[in-house]
Amino acid sequence: MISGHEIRDAVARRERSAVEVAQQALQAIDRLEPRLRAYISLLPERALSQARSVDARSRAGQDAGLLAGVPVAIKDLFCTKGDRTTCGSKILQDFRPPYSATVVERLEAAGAVVVGKTNMDEFAMGSSCENSAFFPTRNPWDEGRVPGGSSGGSASTVGAGCVPLAMGTDTGGSIREPASFCNVVGVKPTYGRVSRYGMIAFASSLDQAGPLSRDVRDAADALEVIAGFDPMDSTSVDVPVPRYADHLLEDLTGVRVGLVDDFDETIAADSGMTSLYQTAYRNIEALGATLVHVRLPHAKYGLATYYLIAPAECSSNLARYDGTRYGLRVDGGDDVYSMFERTRAEGFGPEVKRRIVLGTYALCSGYYDAYYVRAQKVRTLMKADFDLAFASCDVIACPAVSCPPFELGAKSQDPVAMYLMDYFTIPMSLAGIPAMSVPAGYVNGLPVGLQLVSPAFEEARMLGVAHAYEKATGHARRRAPQLSAR
Amino acid sequence: MIDSAREQGLETEAVIGLEVHVELSTHSKMFCGCRNQFGAPPNSQVCPVCLGLPGALPVINGRAVEYLCKTGFALGCTVSPYSKFDRKNYFYPDMPKNYQISQYDMPLTTGGSVTLVSGRKVRLNRIHLEEDTGKNTHAGAAISRSEYTLIDYNRAGVPLMEIVSEPDIGSPQEAEQYLSELKGILSHIGVSDVKMHEGSLRCDANVSIRPVGTQRLGVKAEVKNMNSFRSVVRALSFEIERMRECTRVGQPIVQETRGWDESRGVTHSMRSKEQAHDYRYFPDPDLVPLSIDAALLERWRLELPELPDSKRARFAAEYGLSAYDAGVLTQEAGDAAFFEAVAKASGDAKQAANWLMGDVRKCLQLHGLTLSSSPMKPAHLAALIAMVKSGAIGGKAAKEVCDELVMHGRDPQDVVGERGLAQTSDASAVAVIVDAVVARNPESVTAYRGGKLKALDFLIGQAMRESRGKANVDVVRSRLQELLD
Ligand SMILES: [Zn+2]
Repeated sequence: MISGHEIRDAVARRERSAVEVAQQALQAIDRLEPRLRAYISLLPERALSQARSVDARSRAGQDAGLLAGVPVAIKDLFCTKGDRTTCGSKILQDFRPPYSATVVERLEAAGAVVVGKTNMDEFAMGSSCENSAFFPTRNPWDEGRVPGGSSGGSASTVGAGCVPLAMGTDTGGSIREPASFCNVVGVKPTYGRVSRYGMIAFASSLDQAGPLSRDVRDAADALEVIAGFDPMDSTSVDVPVPRYADHLLEDLTGVRVGLVDDFDETIAADSGMTSLYQTAYRNIEALGATLVHVRLPHAKYGLATYYLIAPAECSSNLARYDGTRYGLRVDGGDDVYSMFERTRAEGFGPEVKRRIVLGTYALCSGYYDAYYVRAQKVRTLMKADFDLAFASCDVIACPAVSCPPFELGAKSQDPVAMYLMDYFTIPMSLAGIPAMSVPAGYVNGLPVGLQLVSPAFEEARMLGVAHAYEKATGHARRRAPQLSAR
Repeated sequence: MIDSAREQGLETEAVIGLEVHVELSTHSKMFCGCRNQFGAPPNSQVCPVCLGLPGALPVINGRAVEYLCKTGFALGCTVSPYSKFDRKNYFYPDMPKNYQISQYDMPLTTGGSVTLVSGRKVRLNRIHLEEDTGKNTHAGAAISRSEYTLIDYNRAGVPLMEIVSEPDIGSPQEAEQYLSELKGILSHIGVSDVKMHEGSLRCDANVSIRPVGTQRLGVKAEVKNMNSFRSVVRALSFEIERMRECTRVGQPIVQETRGWDESRGVTHSMRSKEQAHDYRYFPDPDLVPLSIDAALLERWRLELPELPDSKRARFAAEYGLSAYDAGVLTQEAGDAAFFEAVAKASGDAKQAANWLMGDVRKCLQLHGLTLSSSPMKPAHLAALIAMVKSGAIGGKAAKEVCDELVMHGRDPQDVVGERGLAQTSDASAVAVIVDAVVARNPESVTAYRGGKLKALDFLIGQAMRESRGKANVDVVRSRLQELLD
């Protein structure tokens, strides 16, 4: 599989047809799907009809769009009009939305070809894709290991080379962690950069959509397409969207890259992790960047803060799934409340229930000030930390994860160990600033990503640095050995 | 305190605070583009947002904010340029998201007051903006026995303004006055239809009693489900009496929510304080805090039309109306405008008021109409007034013509011509009839001359009958007096 921008150029020059590209992608998915199980639904008809219209546009000499003919997989929490959208949950297993998410509309308007809906942790709650109500997805680098989560299906299918581009969402690390696990580029934009309309909510003040791709250039193009103000989302921000592809750097002379002093190093159990990141920082320095040290003194409160705010918002966001209007309904019992209870008891998995209970508790009168309000105050302090840090650097570089992909089932009985997976990604989510993971090498033959972080609405900076790093190291070009071996 | 009141046999007084919900008559709903219109087919005015579909997000309707701020200005409230929306979480099937977007600790307005006819001021606590719920229809006679429930989400997401008063209302009658005053003001600003029977104005009451002369509030009950001004008076009267009875027999009053049963005329307990919801309010993360430009607020304030109290004063001064007439005619903005048009066109404000509050009102009530729903034109009522004054038609005929105006919006000239209702004021023609009546009734003539003044009425009646009602009664009377005195 070649990259998205190569496909676009070939389709625009009419060297390849979008239909042929879509068919190849669907065939690749078919071949690997029994092993990876990255998709909840495949959409061959939607894909081929879109591909035909892209070809028609390019035949007619019209601009077929920035993503013309690029096959894209969509995390199954973006509404696709008429096509099943489950959010990885039994409670929505047969839900067909009557409308499409703004992200999906913008992708298709730019010529992207949606091939299917990818597997995910139920309601985006999880770091391994094992919380899917349907089945776990496998890591293309080792099928005995998880692809990360919650955007695990999207990361797995891009990592396996089935499609060059996929859409995920990131609430506390759900794009960056699976990107790291599957050796792909994953971008979480600034909160408000991309419309959340039609994206099924987990934690509204943190959720943000972003691309997972084979290379930085594809992520830049995809971000340009999906970013921008949407009148349907009051939290989207009206800041001009640059041509990110014009900001991709070749060398880093004059760029100040901040290294964080306050992260707890012992969180990374494997010494290989530490040396991998040291190498990554030296590579950046070798590209001409100046390394500076920055402080994030409140970062250590990230996990605790996140696990108050995200569950609180989710407890309210998920209240609507009661069996009355759509989705699963379990009848029986005496009244409507017993229907609510039965529906929710059967429809939600254990992790979703755990977070609803946590969040409901945090919002109860008497606890609200001690938990939710205090967590919001820490969030403000965390933003201030980053503001101060960015006064002395342009981009922050830090670990994306504390370990390489782990084996299926290894952490599923230990929620706190699973929550710790987001240790390095949560502070940026709480601060609402953009962050991304770019392939950074291998520990025990398994991929690990480097996290790059920019100030709000300065995605171009981190993409620029990532591009230079990617080109110099070549980590992103390496293919999953197991899949190519078979 | 209540116990000691019982022991000492003290009088108790009622303390009432009202929470009034008003549906704003914006074109679209509070957070989506759906039409805000009463009476459409069920579930025909819905979209992903107001149905709470997964992924849908709310966007604030600026017009609803404008309407609320204007209400705030009209009621002398402090309108806050900075406000926010919160989620009120509880499960109920008519709520698509199982939370209601409302305002908790930063309402759009605080303070303000409503002045009753008596001059008493009822202070306001706050006015906030929220979204309405859908509407449940339970199959069968009672909710406990119904087999299924139909839900209409047309109303879900309609902008709702909640006006919360302080407990400054002392009786069910004052509660009615408060509502009527509020209704008049809202109708003048044009922010709501304020139709209680269509649910665009709804009201809950917090009621307690305390010994006269004391200040501490007693244990309160919240009374719900009152659907008309009359049911507010009835429900509050019942509830106050129930509380007084409790203290008389030594039963404690408990804090609870009580529902008004219109058909049985009683309130019944719906839930106790212990069963009260914990709404788990928190700021809605889907909406950014609301910040209103000072210049815009000032523009809204200046756009306020003349309000009922100043209009009342003006009507009294400009048209010489009594305080009562001015009060009635300014209750509805449309009525007041109609009156002014008739007064100007006819040049007789007193007659305009008399007609509107007399025969027109009676006819409207008889047919379940209001001035705004009647096709009658002000110019036609003015023409009718002029015809009566000139003697072109008599009083009885005028009433008949008035009905045609109110019911069918017809021109009085046409009705009079068609039905031959014009009256005769021609003195010589009337004289012929009167002379004949006098000649036929010598005994009445004798009686009248003997001091029985009532005999004159009999003779007038005879002459009117003779003319089949068309003789001008004043001309008949003066001819008779000419003959007999
Ligand atoms: Zn709607």
